[in-house]
Amino acid sequence: MMPDLGDYAATVLGAWGATLLALAGLLALTLVQSRRVARALTEAEARVAQAKAAGAKA
Amino acid sequence: MRLSRRVLPWIAALAGLSLGIGLIWGFFFTPDDYKQGSTVKILFIHVPAAMMAINAWIMMLVTSLIWVIRRHHVSALAARAAAPAGLVFTLIALVTGALWGQPMWNTWWEWDPRLTSFLILLLFYLGYIALWSAIEDPETAADLTGILCVVGSVFAVMSRYAVKFWNQGLHQDSTILKVGEKDPLDVAYYVPLVICLVGFVLFFILIVLLRTRMLIRARRLIALEARERLG
Repeated sequence: MMPDLGDYAATVLGAWGATLLALAGLLALTLVQSRRVARALTEAEARVAQAKAAGAKA
Repeated sequence: MRLSRRVLPWIAALAGLSLGIGLIWGFFFTPDDYKQGSTVKILFIHVPAAMMAINAWIMMLVTSLIWVIRRHHVSALAARAAAPAGLVFTLIALVTGALWGQPMWNTWWEWDPRLTSFLILLLFYLGYIALWSAIEDPETAADLTGILCVVGSVFAVMSRYAVKFWNQGLHQDSTILKVGEKDPLDVAYYVPLVICLVGFVLFFILIVLLRTRMLIRARRLIALEARERLG
């Protein structure tokens, strides 16, 4: 299945490996940051809603 | 936000599909070049990354201009969201270019017009990201990064057309659009390369959508926290 890359195997595999790693890293970083911000926003919205409800009771 | 949430899974699926098909086809099912041997397989990652490095900056320029002219907040955030993707594409283009250049040109690096303008473009991406992080007021940051974007566009355009401006250096001119002309890209590489190009474009759109949504949420979060502090 693996093509014969001859003398350039290290060059070709290095280039492809670095590229796939960089693209996967960018996607993973984006997803992790997005989830972190979404969670923090949900928590902040809940706190604000709670404070509003407490204010309305008082 | 509602529209982007609806299209995100489609973009992700199409990006995955086209990248999967294009990269597998390019790596496993294309022949070696009679001159370059198996290093020709670097074409399928180097060319799309280089094209997207330039196109990302052009997209940032357009959205920055929309911000400057119309004060549309989401366009400023979209420009900011595109920068890390552009930086990664530029890095990929430079690294894969160096790896490809070593066996073909016998050097990792040459102060050739296209290579040099790409290196300057990389520095502009780093400067752009740093400037956004350094300025606290989002409107001032959007204004100043917009100006930086206009200046950097010179190098984005130069990195595409440098080969045509200066008929010197090691880097060859593009052969993708030379069908029917002298020395075109062989048809065996053409179709998988086009699929890879589509995949990289869709991947870029996916990252920009995800990051823009994140930046909009982050801005809402800052506003909520400020309101909380004020009581």
